[in-house]
Amino acid sequence: MIDFSTPKPIEKQMVALKTVAENMMRPVSRYFDEHEHEVPWDYINFMHMAMRQTGAGSLAPKEKKSADEKKKYPPIGYQSLAFMLEMLSWGDVGMYLVTPGGGLGAAAVEAAGTPEQKAKFLARFKGEKPTFAAMAMTEPHCGSDTSAIRTTAVLDPETNEWVLNGEKIFVTAGHKALELSEGFVVVWATIDPSARHAGMRPFVVEAGTPGVKVTKLEHKMGIRASDTAAIVLQDARVPYDHILGSPEVIKEKTTKGFKGAMATFDATRPLVAATGVGVARAALELLKEMLAEQGVEIRYGLPRNKLTAIEREIIDMEAMLRSAWLLVIKAVWMADNRKHNPLEASMSKLRAGDVVTKITQRAVELMGPLGYSRQYLLEKWFRDAKITDIYEGTGQINRLVVARNVLGYRGSQLR
Amino acid sequence: MYAFEPSEEQQMLIDVVKRFAENDIRPVARDAEEGDDYSPDLIEKGWELGILQASVPEEYGGFGDYSALTGVLAMEELAWGDMAAAMAVMTPSLFALPILLAGNEDQKQSYLPPLVEAEWQPYTAALIEPHFDFDPGDLRTTAVMEGDAYVINGEKIYVPFAEGAEAFLVYANLDGQTQGFIVPAELEGITVGERSKLLGINALPNYTVTFKDVRIPAGNRLGGSEGHDFAPVITSARLGMAAIGLGVARAAFEYSRDYAKEREVFGVKVAQKQAIAFMLAEMATEIEAIRLLTWEAAWMVDNGHPDAFKQAYLAHTSAMDMAMMVTDRAVQILGGHGYIREYPVEMWMRNGRGIANLLGMAMI
Repeated sequence: MIDFSTPKPIEKQMVALKTVAENMMRPVSRYFDEHEHEVPWDYINFMHMAMRQTGAGSLAPKEKKSADEKKKYPPIGYQSLAFMLEMLSWGDVGMYLVTPGGGLGAAAVEAAGTPEQKAKFLARFKGEKPTFAAMAMTEPHCGSDTSAIRTTAVLDPETNEWVLNGEKIFVTAGHKALELSEGFVVVWATIDPSARHAGMRPFVVEAGTPGVKVTKLEHKMGIRASDTAAIVLQDARVPYDHILGSPEVIKEKTTKGFKGAMATFDATRPLVAATGVGVARAALELLKEMLAEQGVEIRYGLPRNKLTAIEREIIDMEAMLRSAWLLVIKAVWMADNRKHNPLEASMSKLRAGDVVTKITQRAVELMGPLGYSRQYLLEKWFRDAKITDIYEGTGQINRLVVARNVLGYRGSQLR
Repeated sequence: MYAFEPSEEQQMLIDVVKRFAENDIRPVARDAEEGDDYSPDLIEKGWELGILQASVPEEYGGFGDYSALTGVLAMEELAWGDMAAAMAVMTPSLFALPILLAGNEDQKQSYLPPLVEAEWQPYTAALIEPHFDFDPGDLRTTAVMEGDAYVINGEKIYVPFAEGAEAFLVYANLDGQTQGFIVPAELEGITVGERSKLLGINALPNYTVTFKDVRIPAGNRLGGSEGHDFAPVITSARLGMAAIGLGVARAAFEYSRDYAKEREVFGVKVAQKQAIAFMLAEMATEIEAIRLLTWEAAWMVDNGHPDAFKQAYLAHTSAMDMAMMVTDRAVQILGGHGYIREYPVEMWMRNGRGIANLLGMAMI
């Protein structure tokens, strides 16, 4: 069966989320853009309370279902998240990024942790206070080339602790995870720099760990409501079992740990793509409203050579946006149904990155002098959009992943 | 609930069409393009796969219910074989589908069974007109009521199999509305002109047809005396062309991908160069994106969704860009060989352009 109907539970959830986006995000969107590093606590506290009550947005595993139940209620967790993230990003993508609940850090624990680790590290998100987690991979000298990381983890045999040293940058929500809540950061470090990928391991570094310090909050082009932290680890000690994964994996120098991180991307890339789609939809909707106020009507159905330039732009943007969204839906549907989806995940991400930058850039252009004004949110979305094409794998890295998949190449065959 | 896998029946149809495209169409596609045309046997064999028949209910001679989605799936496979072959095999649906979608009960009863149950016959349709700003919603061919008949005047081009056709479905402007008319070929005032030579799809015989004071019985207006809504007809045409665009693009993508994995350059395969690999990544992504858009539009048609018309328009509009982008790059990836007629990609690039220009020459 091929079916494009939105699952009923998701439709229901969207009504509430739209209200949040319209009433709790849009009215303060400009304020937090212009007051970088102020924290939107009202939104954070509200979301924390709402998510505790409804369980929405949680990656925590649900109880096991029987085969019959699975058939009757196919899993829609990732689909539901994609819809949620799209709508919240339509509200404000910078604020969405500070939604409590664990973000990428929790996703890494979810993907690579043992059941004991999941229980230990994920419970905190259901506590009284809003709690954050983050993932730290990038270092000052390396981004996409993750195997070049220099942060080291050395086991102290006397205390059975890992000793971490190094510097991480571009840690989304790192400040909130380490200093504004009792959260954690999943820090990628190497237990053997000469082993490159095979030496890479994820470590859970909790708030309050001595030797861990947030040294800088970046000033950014957009998504300013979201903190982007630099973190220094200086002889930071974490217990032995804070290394994510089973002991065998930990001891053997295989690329399994690295592959675990990459598998996380199969789930998170379409979700990041969903946030881009949300921003693009916001821009396109506002553009259409502004045009409608000027009496510009879009005549769907006309041959292209009879359309005005503006009509043609709008129609192209609508098709781009919809097809980008459908790539997201297919990728998360595959994730929900445990189908191997690195190809589709990267396709959705690279296309969303292209589409959201194009749409927001054109929207600003098409509105002429008004598009450039901070009186409207178009210029903000133009700035917010660009990050979609950079984080969680740049457009280029995702092209590489897609190319390897369609060519049947390993990493060594296509660098 | 979202789902992205064809049903069992759809998959069976896809599989037989795929085999036909690969084993029957591909080996003769180049010769057909260069002047041989497709043999009646090949066209008949394609017809017997039952793509149209599967979309026509039993009471009208078929064995299924209309499904735009099934049609899209089958058409992509057929066009993967060759665009002209797909259009030739499916030409009778240009006549049958509008009757199924917009005809009245009488018209369905009298025209569908003899067409659907029999072997392939040259029933066709005339929509496209010879001017640059041709618009299916604003035709220059006119229909005027005179007594108990409609009188049709105008010039149509790109009418597939017009020479020797049994009947035409002719679209004309009636009081500002595009309406279809069932026109038996033997009526007076119909002149089939020269076969047109085109940029691509030269294996599809297509002709200029002029209508001079052709008198059509009033009952032959599609939908009867009240006429019909043109939207479902043009939507079916848009989905047909979008699906063909997917097939042509996929053919070009696969060929250039395989070529790039064989061809050596500077000591590695050309596919190992990012400049080429990224092109292929973008081609694959674009095809998949527009496929989903087309599927969704077809699904909307099948489910009576109010946005079906718009969505099919968006699908066709983006399919024309996608097909052009993908086929252009395929030629580029083959370099000099891409430009040589010994290889198929230049043909696919010429065909790919037609997704934009030939709306109305295929329906699903």
